[in-house]
Amino acid sequence: MTKKLLLGDEAIALGAIHAGLSGVYAYPGTPSTEITEFIQTNALAKERGIHSHWSTNEKTAMEAALGMSYAGKRALVCMKHVGMNVCADAFINSAITGVNGGLIVLAADDPSMHSSQNEQDSRFYGKFAMIPVFEPSNQQEAYDMMESAFELSERLKEPVLMRIVTRLAHSRAAVVVQEPRQENAFSPATDNAHWVLLPGNAKRNYNDLISKQAAMLEASEQSAYNKKEFPMVNRQSSMVNGKKLGVIACGIGYNYVHEAIGDTLNVLKVSQYPLPAKAIKELAAMSDALLVVEDGQPVVEEAVAALLGKGYTVKGRLTGDLPRTGELTPDSVGAALGKESSVAYGTAKNLAGRPPQLCQGCGHRDVYGALREIIDEYPDARVFGDIGCYTLGALPPFKALASCVDMGASITMAKGAADAGLHPAIAVIGDSTFTHSGMTGLLDAINENSNITVIISDNLTTGMTGGQDSAGTNKYEAICLGLGMNPDHLHVVTPLPKNIPAIAQLIRDEIVYKGVSVIIPRRECIQTAARHAREKRLKN
Amino acid sequence: MKVDIILCGVGGQGILSIATIIGEASTQAGLYLKQAEVHGMSQRGGDVQSNLRLSTDPIWSDLIPLGETDVIISMEPMEALRYLPYLSKQGTIVTSSKPFVNIPNYPDEAELMAELDSMPSVVKLDIESVAKDAGNARGANMVLLGMAAPYIEILSVEQLRKAISVIFARKGDAVVEANLKAFDCGVAAASV
Repeated sequence: MTKKLLLGDEAIALGAIHAGLSGVYAYPGTPSTEITEFIQTNALAKERGIHSHWSTNEKTAMEAALGMSYAGKRALVCMKHVGMNVCADAFINSAITGVNGGLIVLAADDPSMHSSQNEQDSRFYGKFAMIPVFEPSNQQEAYDMMESAFELSERLKEPVLMRIVTRLAHSRAAVVVQEPRQENAFSPATDNAHWVLLPGNAKRNYNDLISKQAAMLEASEQSAYNKKEFPMVNRQSSMVNGKKLGVIACGIGYNYVHEAIGDTLNVLKVSQYPLPAKAIKELAAMSDALLVVEDGQPVVEEAVAALLGKGYTVKGRLTGDLPRTGELTPDSVGAALGKESSVAYGTAKNLAGRPPQLCQGCGHRDVYGALREIIDEYPDARVFGDIGCYTLGALPPFKALASCVDMGASITMAKGAADAGLHPAIAVIGDSTFTHSGMTGLLDAINENSNITVIISDNLTTGMTGGQDSAGTNKYEAICLGLGMNPDHLHVVTPLPKNIPAIAQLIRDEIVYKGVSVIIPRRECIQTAARHAREKRLKN
Repeated sequence: MKVDIILCGVGGQGILSIATIIGEASTQAGLYLKQAEVHGMSQRGGDVQSNLRLSTDPIWSDLIPLGETDVIISMEPMEALRYLPYLSKQGTIVTSSKPFVNIPNYPDEAELMAELDSMPSVVKLDIESVAKDAGNARGANMVLLGMAAPYIEILSVEQLRKAISVIFARKGDAVVEANLKAFDCGVAAASV
C-alpha cells in the first residue's frame, strides 16, 4: 500500500494519471492550477507522453479535451469556476454530442472569493448540462473518484463534472494510491450523426440525454460516495433546538459535520449527483427537519425543499441557519448544529489588514506610475482593468482602475465607453489575459477605429497563478498587426522607473490620436526572472 | 493525541517550507495530517496562513475551529495576533519579534508587543538576527520552527531534524547543515 501526502489538486492529477489519462487541457486559474502543473512534472505522465501543455483559454481547453475523447482516449479539462462561463458553449454541447473516451470536466469553485470575483457554484452547470456531478469530501475521494468518474463517463457515454472547492484543492492529506491503469486504445468515434449537431441530430441526441437521466439517478442512489450514516435509527434520536434533526452533508461539508457532532445525528453524505432522492426521502421520514450543509450556493437546499414539499422544514443557507455567503467553516457548521464555540480570546486590538500588493520591482508598478500621472492630468480619464496581478493597481498607492470584471473586459468596456463618448478611455490588460479573451475585443475596436488606448502589460508569463507559460509570448506585435493595427500606433516600451516619464508622454500622445493605440510595456515578471536565474545556476 | 497549529506570516516569508517539514515529519511518524494552505493572490505581500492538524486519530475538518489551536507559529508579530480567536485557552504563540512593515497603518510597535506579552504563553525572538548570527540569513523560518518544536508535542525534536535533512537533501549537505544549525539555535532559544 503506497501512501502519498497530496494537495487535493494533486490527488486529482495523480488519480487521473493512474486512471489512464491521455491528456489534460487547462488554462491556469486559482484554485485549479496545481492539477495541470502536477501532471506536467509527473514521471509516469512524462514517460507516457500525456498531453499537459497549457491551453489559451478554457474554451479551447474544453474543445481539445472533447477531441481527445472523440479519439477514444481519456481526457481531463480543468479550470476555476469562472472558466466554466468561458467554456460553457462547448461544455453544454458536449452533453449533447456525448463522449467516446471518458471525459471529466473539473471545476474548482472558490467560495469566499479568496482569489475570484464571484462565488458561482459549478453544480448548477452540472444540472444545466444534465450530467453527473462528483463532489469529493476529501483528498482520498478526490483520487478515487477520477477512476469512478471516467468509468461512469464511458458507461453513460457522457461527460462527468467534478466539482471541488478551494479548501480541498489547497489542503494536503495522505492518499493511498493504486497501480496505474493503461491508457485507452486509439479508437476514433465513427457515429457522425452523434457528433454533427445539426438540428435533426441534436434533437435525437437531446432525447438520448433525457433518457439517460434515470441511469444517472440510479448511479447516484447506488454510489459508494453517497453514504447513509443513520446511527440513530434504533436509538433515541438527538434533538437540536427541540427538533429531531437529520443532516444532508455535501462535499467537504461532511467533514465539518463530523468535526462538530461526531456520529450523534443521522447524516446523509452526498458526493455524487443527481441527488439521491430515495435516500433523502428515507432520511426525511425519520427526522422532523433536515439541515443541508453545502459549500457554495444553496443548490441542494432548494432541490431538497422542492422534493419534500411545503410542509417539511429544510434548513440551510436560505433560512439563515448557515451564512448565506462565504465558504463553510467548522464554526459555522458547528453553530448550525448547536455546538458551543470554545473561543478563549477575542480579536486583537493591535491589528491592521494586510492586503496583497504588486511585488517591489514589478514592471506593472512602472506602468501604473505612468498611468497615475495621466489620471491626475485628465480628470475624465478612465482606466478599465482586467484579471491578473495588475488588478492590484486598483489599490493604494496607485488607485488607478475604474473597473475589473472578467477576462478580456478591459478592451471591450473601454470600447463601449468610448462609443458613448468617454475620453480618454484606457484599457490595461496582461499578456496572458489578452490572448485568453482580449484579441477578439481588440479586433472589434480596430474594425471601428474606436478611440481607445490599450496597454498590454507584458511580463512574459501568467504571473498571478504562479508563472505559467503565456500563450502569446513573442507574438504580441504580430498578433496586433495581424488584427489590423496601424503600425504607427503600436509601441513597445520597457517599464522601468527611469522610463516612467517617457511612457507617460507616449500615452499622452496616443490619447491625442483619434483611434486605437496599443502600447506594450514589456519586462519579465520578477518572480519568474528569479526562478529562471535559479534554474540556470542549478544547471551550471 | 492531536496538535492543531496555525502557521502564519506575510507572503514570501517561507511559512510553506515550515509546513512542508512538519508534514514530512508527521508522515514519517505515521500520524494523520491535514494541512490547508493559501495559494494565489494573497501570496503577494499579503497575510498568509496555513492550518496544520496532526493527530494519532483520523482528522475530519481541514480547518481548525475557533479556540482550538494549540500553537500559533508566526513569522511576524502582528500576524500572530491576527489568529487570537483561534487560539485555545492553554495555547502558545511562537513568533518572530520583528515587525514586517509593508502597510501604512501598521500598529504602534510598543502597544503591539505589550498585547503579545499579555498572553499567557508566548515565545518571541528576533529570528532574523539569530539566523544571521548562525551564518544562515535565509534560515529565519528554521529558527522559528526550532523555537516551536517543544510545543509540537506530538513530534520529537529529532523527528523534525530528520525531516529537515530529507526536505533540503536535494540542495546539498551544506544547505542541510545550515538549516539544522538554524533550527538548533531556535530549539536552544526556546528552552532558555
